[in-house]
Amino acid sequence: MQLLPLVIALLVLTSIGYYLGRGRALTMAGGSSRNLHSLPGYYGFYVALWCGIPAFLVLAAWLAFEPTLVRALVMNSLPPSAQALPEGELRLLMNEVRQFAGGRSYGREPSEIVIAAAEYYTSLKTTGFAALIVFSLSLAVAGLAWGRKRIHQQLRARVSVERAVKVFLIISSTIAVFTTIGIVMSLLFESIRFFQAVPPMEFLFGLNWSPQTAIRADQVGSSGAFGAVPLFAGTLLISLIAMTVAVPVGLFSAIYMAEYAPSRVRAVVKPLLEVLAGIPTVVYGFFAALTVAPFLRDSGSVLGLSVASESALAAGLVMGIMIIPFISSLSDDVITSVPHSLRQGSYGLGATKSETIRQVVIPAALPGIVGGVLLAASRAIGETMIVVMAAGLAANLTANPFEAVTTVTVQIVTLLVGDQEFDSPKTLAAFALGLVLFCVTLVLNVVALHVVRKYREKYD
Amino acid sequence: MNSFANTPHSKPLETDRRMVKVSARDVCVRYGDKLALKHVDLDMECNQVTALIGPSGCGKSTFLRCINRMNDLIEGASVSGSLMLDGQDIYDRELDPVLLRARVGMVFQKPNPFPKSIYENVAYGPRIHGMANTRDELDEIVMTSLEKAGLLAEVKDRLEESGTGLSGGQQQRLCIARAIAVSPEVILMDEPCSALDPIATAKVEELIDELRQNFTIVIVTHSMQQAARVSQKTAFFHLGELIEVGETEEMFTTPRHSLTQGYITGRFG
Repeated sequence: MQLLPLVIALLVLTSIGYYLGRGRALTMAGGSSRNLHSLPGYYGFYVALWCGIPAFLVLAAWLAFEPTLVRALVMNSLPPSAQALPEGELRLLMNEVRQFAGGRSYGREPSEIVIAAAEYYTSLKTTGFAALIVFSLSLAVAGLAWGRKRIHQQLRARVSVERAVKVFLIISSTIAVFTTIGIVMSLLFESIRFFQAVPPMEFLFGLNWSPQTAIRADQVGSSGAFGAVPLFAGTLLISLIAMTVAVPVGLFSAIYMAEYAPSRVRAVVKPLLEVLAGIPTVVYGFFAALTVAPFLRDSGSVLGLSVASESALAAGLVMGIMIIPFISSLSDDVITSVPHSLRQGSYGLGATKSETIRQVVIPAALPGIVGGVLLAASRAIGETMIVVMAAGLAANLTANPFEAVTTVTVQIVTLLVGDQEFDSPKTLAAFALGLVLFCVTLVLNVVALHVVRKYREKYD
Repeated sequence: MNSFANTPHSKPLETDRRMVKVSARDVCVRYGDKLALKHVDLDMECNQVTALIGPSGCGKSTFLRCINRMNDLIEGASVSGSLMLDGQDIYDRELDPVLLRARVGMVFQKPNPFPKSIYENVAYGPRIHGMANTRDELDEIVMTSLEKAGLLAEVKDRLEESGTGLSGGQQQRLCIARAIAVSPEVILMDEPCSALDPIATAKVEELIDELRQNFTIVIVTHSMQQAARVSQKTAFFHLGELIEVGETEEMFTTPRHSLTQGYITGRFG
């Protein structure tokens, strides 16, 4: 496909349009841009937009619809005997046609029908592309001429260009929003399919999780229970352990860095702490599974405690270390943004440094700190790699941190890894779990952002 | 309160008949290598308002901040010379700056109420200094302080609302109430009206005049009219030096130094 030369040709035409438009505007103004409504460059952009946008829109439309159109045409050209084939075989046939047209053999001699259809296919493609080239290029030239013709001294080119920029920006942000909607939709539809097999109440409140469904009736150990409470409880337990580690350590280090540390220490310690955020979670996973978990198990046995080698404690501790930089760096930002005048006011009343921090600085920074903690919590709940490697698969419903628990994310991974059919509740359960996870982190993020924003309003 | 006898007077000023509360002798302040305040001698008397005036960067705020050792908080600042509060050396090594600041309160340029309720703003100082044993005593202190700051009537129905929700002038009077609540002997004011509108300024000025009955007040101001309205004594600073000091009335009518005359008539500054 010779798409690239076409795109380059269009781009060249567009830039020619820019210079033509700019030159024409200047000529009309008698060489002085003072006589123009806008700067000469805007007239250039005005023509370039007229030249480029319609042509590229046509190109995009062709790229989007051409395959479907060609396919429908080729299908219609097939003899009635072939058209009467069942859906699956028809698709195979079309594939063969495409492959043959592309010069690749399909392993067997192609039939008459295929050869004829492939010829038709190739000719359609060639004429279609030729038409595209002619059409888009002439559209570009016509747009250029039209834009250039419209230029006169009073033309408000700046206004038009600004409007085009605005539209472009709106489209960009819409793409982001629609992607989110798409993700939610895909989760939602698969979840609905799952909830047709398993009632939502049983899923949300059932106490037994054992997603292995039986293939044969006499199979052992494949009860197929989808009560997700043990997963929620496990996620909660590990996140709680993580937050117990991360909140005090993160907050106190933030207070030290913002209030006590001399600027030289701060310049070294802060980046070092933020390195923690840059470590890949897989590496944290190694650390949890190979260093922390065995250490906890061994020290447990010395103390006479039985600690599983894949304990919630190990995963939680390491996850806590991972989210320390989140909390410390966000808290540090809000603490340093507490106005200096508040500290002065407190010192002026005879308060000591720690009194000032405890009673004035932290309360003033609290909304921001809470926001940071909530963001970190949503990160902890959604974290996957550490728990996959260190937390285990056993869906125990327990509050004992020394036992193995499993989390929502771990189960999603195990349900989807490997060869899976996409119509059993076992696989679909992953989407329902993903939906729950998404809702929880979404709520946490919205609350956190709201809290943070409220705080900002107060001091800016 | 016979601090006068203890004050090491090298050269008595003409206002000797009053009691000197704070006395500065040969005070110099350095920020790093820069000499910001040069050999200042100044007495501030009881129940008087002393105004410090002068163009920007003349050292008047620096001098003010020496009196409650707020300069300690600035890295690289050093103070030499002697500053006495009731004959006691403010820069004595034994003296705890925290206790000093309970005796010498401060009101800042920009109103800076804590993001707490109005009540908690005023109760903050008494709480950290353990001045009240019961809730009733604390209530008493808060109410009297708000009363003295002329704010009680406006806020008595909303003591639990946030102090940051008040208007600028009310916020500044809240900060004054907060300073009064720890029963200081001296109140330092660093351009307390520069962020306020004329009506709020008038109220605060009225308040300053009333507070003179109970406190010694030192005020830094950029407004000559304000200095003339509220103070009994005025000190004019220029480029880190104390140029002239005297009774406010005298100073504004018959300044002795040509720099002072230039400044108060608006020729520079």
